[in-house]
Amino acid sequence: MLLSIRDLHVKAEGKDILKGLSLDVDAGQVHAIMGPNGSGKSTLARALSGHPAYEVTSGAITYDGQDLLAMAPEERAQAGVFMAFQYPVEIAGINNAYFLKAALNAVRKNRGLQELDAVEFMQLIREKAKLLEMNQEMLHRSVNEGFSGGEKKRNEIFQMAVLEPRLAILDETDSGLDIDALRIVSHGVNAQRDAHRAIIVVTHYQRLLEYIVPDFVHVLSAGRIVRSGGKELALELEAKGYGWIESGAPGTPALQPADAAGSRK
Amino acid sequence: MSQVAEQSTLASAFEALKALPEFRAAGLGPAREAAFRRFLAAGFPTTRQEEWRHTNIHPIAATEFKLPSAFEINRTAAEPFLFADDLPHRVVLVNGRWSPSLSSLAALPAGVTVRSLRDAVDAAQPKTAPEWLLTASAGMPLVDLTTAFVDDGVVIDIAAKAVISDPIHVVCLNTQAPVPMLVTPRVQIRAGEQAQAFIVESYGGLAGEPTLTNTLTIVDVAAGAMIDHVKLQREAPTAFHLAAMFVRVGRAATFRSHAITLGGRIARNDISAVLAGEGAECTLDGLYVADGDALVDTHTTIDHAMPHCPSHEVYKGILAGRARAVFNGKIIVRQDAQKTNAKQTNKALLLSDDAQINTKPQLEIFADDVKCTHGAAIGQLDEDAMFYMQARGIDYADARNLLIHAFAGEVLDGVREQVVREQAMRLLEEKLSLWKV
Repeated sequence: MLLSIRDLHVKAEGKDILKGLSLDVDAGQVHAIMGPNGSGKSTLARALSGHPAYEVTSGAITYDGQDLLAMAPEERAQAGVFMAFQYPVEIAGINNAYFLKAALNAVRKNRGLQELDAVEFMQLIREKAKLLEMNQEMLHRSVNEGFSGGEKKRNEIFQMAVLEPRLAILDETDSGLDIDALRIVSHGVNAQRDAHRAIIVVTHYQRLLEYIVPDFVHVLSAGRIVRSGGKELALELEAKGYGWIESGAPGTPALQPADAAGSRK
Repeated sequence: MSQVAEQSTLASAFEALKALPEFRAAGLGPAREAAFRRFLAAGFPTTRQEEWRHTNIHPIAATEFKLPSAFEINRTAAEPFLFADDLPHRVVLVNGRWSPSLSSLAALPAGVTVRSLRDAVDAAQPKTAPEWLLTASAGMPLVDLTTAFVDDGVVIDIAAKAVISDPIHVVCLNTQAPVPMLVTPRVQIRAGEQAQAFIVESYGGLAGEPTLTNTLTIVDVAAGAMIDHVKLQREAPTAFHLAAMFVRVGRAATFRSHAITLGGRIARNDISAVLAGEGAECTLDGLYVADGDALVDTHTTIDHAMPHCPSHEVYKGILAGRARAVFNGKIIVRQDAQKTNAKQTNKALLLSDDAQINTKPQLEIFADDVKCTHGAAIGQLDEDAMFYMQARGIDYADARNLLIHAFAGEVLDGVREQVVREQAMRLLEEKLSLWKV
């Protein structure tokens, strides 16, 4: 198992957000995490990335055999965990390409690979930029500065394409995207699906899942996974609304903390 | 500690100077005496004075400084300060006095003359000190102090319409002093009409007993001329640096200044530019970096005396440890100075809980059709940006350095000479590597 989350409790701004979430994700799989606002979807994404504002109060996360919670954010990234930000940060004065080169070399170093020289790096990013229909000018602007909402999201998936993570978490990557940008971003993500990579797609809407078709769909409510199923679960949710889940819909129960405890070593 | 006791320490240095033949050279004796009397009457500024409210220079006032006794430094020790390969036109002052062996002016192009202050004064009418040597220093005892003690300096004249593309580097180097030493260099730059030149003024020194560099730079930019000026101050951590620069910018002339402060225990820059002709333009940009117990103070004044003059000012500070900084940006818009467009920004990055800055814009506007903006932003490293970079695999120290580089870059990118820009970045990096943030 690439990623195992067991009975995860996470606090943010003094409030308990995740209250016993368990999830297993294997390489080659795409999992969608859906749920209404406030259910804890983004909290899960940020806790996985090691955001300091999200405090894990109990539970365990194992990534590729390692204790993910013991790793600093940069160590997680170097080990192949990538989060596409819901709100990518603008960084004035740092050139996008330069930033990405620093990131790529940090990741490569961790994988025991040599740093790319300037020519190899430019070749790589030109090729990946095509995938996301990014122009040269965007590569040489300050990181995300003056980018439109859609450009920022494309830039996130572009970074993912360059960094080649083993686990990618897309935090509401579809929010604020028009249909053309959604198509470009989804194409960029789909091009990166392979047997060695797992992707967790956090989204509020089923729309994105028409483009990035998941293997599994999990529904979050009040900080726990309350339903898990195949891609058809997303359609059912779309038709019936989140109220259906929150009012205690019948169906396949999600992996519960009790089950999880049994699988612990 | 009484004021009288403090001043008598300098009085003995002044007596020592009086005994030297150069005291009366070019009839400067009476001017020195008058300047020193004014200094004694006013004393060192104290925090009771508005312009010095946050800058306590008591450690300077309490030190007994001597006149420098040696004016030599060996080439190897000087080398790191010279940028000899990149800046071929060079004047070196050692402890304030022209060093013929370290200076290099053979390849100066036509249209520019660079002389030592001593030669320039000798060439002027004897017995009458040139007006610019006395300076308009009303109310500035530190300018009086440097006038009383001035030993030597550099006079740069650029002929009308001459365009000097290579920078002229003025290096003020202080030796390792066995006792506290007072050094009083002076730089005079005069650009004739439509002349263009680039001057780099750098200050460096070897660590030792504290040196007080009390310096004065005077720049006169005639109509249509352009002067680009960079000051790189990288004195020893024990040094005191009290500097004043007066600039007069003529009609349709341009003056650009980048003041980079990286050294000294107490460093104060008073920069004053008068936009004295219609359409004159000036840029005053600066970067100050301080750590430990250092205190860096920048006081600027831009005096819009005539109409249609734009001025731009960006100062940035990076402070760590218990460092303190002061920024005071005064902009005066005179009654006649309609259509003034003045923009001022001061931003400071505080990298520790104990670092501190006092920043104050000071706008005095007497005209009604003007555009003046000012802003100050003080903050820590942007946490969101830090996390974003870490989430991409860049470790904390590298992420911090990238952000600090970007912050400093806004000012340093405007320095036209690459070797100076890179040197400033390198010195900043050296400091960064010592900071645990």
